[in-house]
Amino acid sequence: MINIALPKGRLGEKVYAMFAEAGYECPSLLEPSRKLIFENPEAGVRYFWVKPSDVAIYVERGAADLGVAGKDILLEYEPDVFELLDLDLGKCRMAVAAKKDFYDDGSRTLKVATKFSNIAARHYASKCREIDIIHLNGSIEIAPILGLSDVIVDIVETGKTLVENDLEVKETILPISARLICNKAAFRFKTAEIERITSYMKAQVETHD
Amino acid sequence: MNNTYLKPEERAVFALRSLYRGYGYLPFKMSKFEEYDLYVRNKDFLVSDRIITFTDVEGKLLALAPDVTLSIIKNGEDRAGEKQKVCYNENVYRVSGSTHRFKEILQTGLECIGDLDSYDVCEVVTLAAASLATVSDSYALDISHMGILSAMLDEITADGDVRREIARCVSEKNTHDLARVCAEAGVSPEDTDNLCGFVGIYGDMDTVLARLSPLARRFEAVSVAISELTSLRDHLKSTPYADRVRFDFSIMNDMSYYNGVVFCGYLDGICECVLSGGQYNKLMKRMGRKAGAIGFALYLDLLEGLAQSAPAYDVDTLVLYDAATPTEAVSQAVAALRSQGKSVSAQRAIPEKLRYATLCDLRKEGAK
Repeated sequence: MINIALPKGRLGEKVYAMFAEAGYECPSLLEPSRKLIFENPEAGVRYFWVKPSDVAIYVERGAADLGVAGKDILLEYEPDVFELLDLDLGKCRMAVAAKKDFYDDGSRTLKVATKFSNIAARHYASKCREIDIIHLNGSIEIAPILGLSDVIVDIVETGKTLVENDLEVKETILPISARLICNKAAFRFKTAEIERITSYMKAQVETHD
Repeated sequence: MNNTYLKPEERAVFALRSLYRGYGYLPFKMSKFEEYDLYVRNKDFLVSDRIITFTDVEGKLLALAPDVTLSIIKNGEDRAGEKQKVCYNENVYRVSGSTHRFKEILQTGLECIGDLDSYDVCEVVTLAAASLATVSDSYALDISHMGILSAMLDEITADGDVRREIARCVSEKNTHDLARVCAEAGVSPEDTDNLCGFVGIYGDMDTVLARLSPLARRFEAVSVAISELTSLRDHLKSTPYADRVRFDFSIMNDMSYYNGVVFCGYLDGICECVLSGGQYNKLMKRMGRKAGAIGFALYLDLLEGLAQSAPAYDVDTLVLYDAATPTEAVSQAVAALRSQGKSVSAQRAIPEKLRYATLCDLRKEGAK
């Protein structure tokens, strides 16, 4: 039995379609219900719907053998897992954004508001830039407008939210996409099955390319 | 001794000590406190660089030992031709990878320090496999060799950041980011393919060795590591553990400390590596020792995760008595039950949370 943690939402549904095409169907998963765990014993698979930011925890702690998590989450929490495949879905970028007229002359500590404290800290440490991190859990875009921060470090998909809040991308830190991750111990004991799923998924990613 | 009362980690302590002593590994008793400086100088060697410190009565900064290996190296001395073989069973104090909080971790393990030869490497790796087999029937030992990636990187790039990024991708089996890192660093397409192909080489020992050969044609120094792995494979095939051993180069320890074989052990049902070890001649050199060294540690606290059938009862029999029951009668009843091999709890009232299979009521009313 392979246990798979899926991120709740549109991305999870797209990823499930890929697993289903790879032979790991579980039709009840798409039926409207409040259930979170779905099993298809014939296909030897069990799916869980979990909060996207929790997928890596389920996989790292072995509750799930496989899971799908954004690269942003993997970089922020650095779970000890294998990252087997870039699924080329949920594509966006981690970027630094600020008010259009903001100019960083490097003369003072930069105030950075973000949900991704570790990514922001590593990014600015690599540039030897001193920063003051303000950890927020949402509505990051309003921080520069209210003077809480100089810049924000956040995920940018279309950039529409930034434009509507009179902000713009100043720098792209790195591209983000969904990744297939695997528990390291599960990989040792379910190697053949995990390899099989990965190769089917890889074939689908390459077809879509 | 009745083993049924022992937890898996307690049973393991006895069995492993007997295993290690059988191969001439003498017990090492570590001091709980060491000078903080010892760990700061070698912090990358430690699993976690967060250390509990305190000031002793003389004003020296001490640390609660987060590691055993450094203490063993510090307390030993080089003697030409000799080997120091020690085993230990100690608590260490460090931040746990899963909880990100300080934790007391019970670990058992062994170290072989001195003029190492291929027999020593084979012996230690075999004892690692035997340790896993002692605690569970379903286990896997994955072995890597630091010399292979190190030889490849020496030919490909001298940039420390790029080397670290490539090593990270290899440890994650992450070929997509590996290709991106290589492209950004200007690594040739041929060597990028070599590195990505290397990530995909894992599995049973024969298959892996066959797939490594082409790499030795491009990276000459790889052949030394292949020859050491071949000798290890030949030895392991003569042991009962061969079918549980795989070569997997995602197993990686810090390249500035480890040089030869490194390995990780897994038990079915436990989500992380329970045994970790390798050859660390570079650490020895950094600590001013001329000798080589190899060893491993088994994290006994993780064995709590092994599925154990929970007993249905806390005791077999509850002996209930009251003020009127003669002490001798209680004593005789308990002795009689114990002689039948039953566990007994003698009580004057039925404890709320005690689960028992049978009741032996010696109270006047109960007797009625």
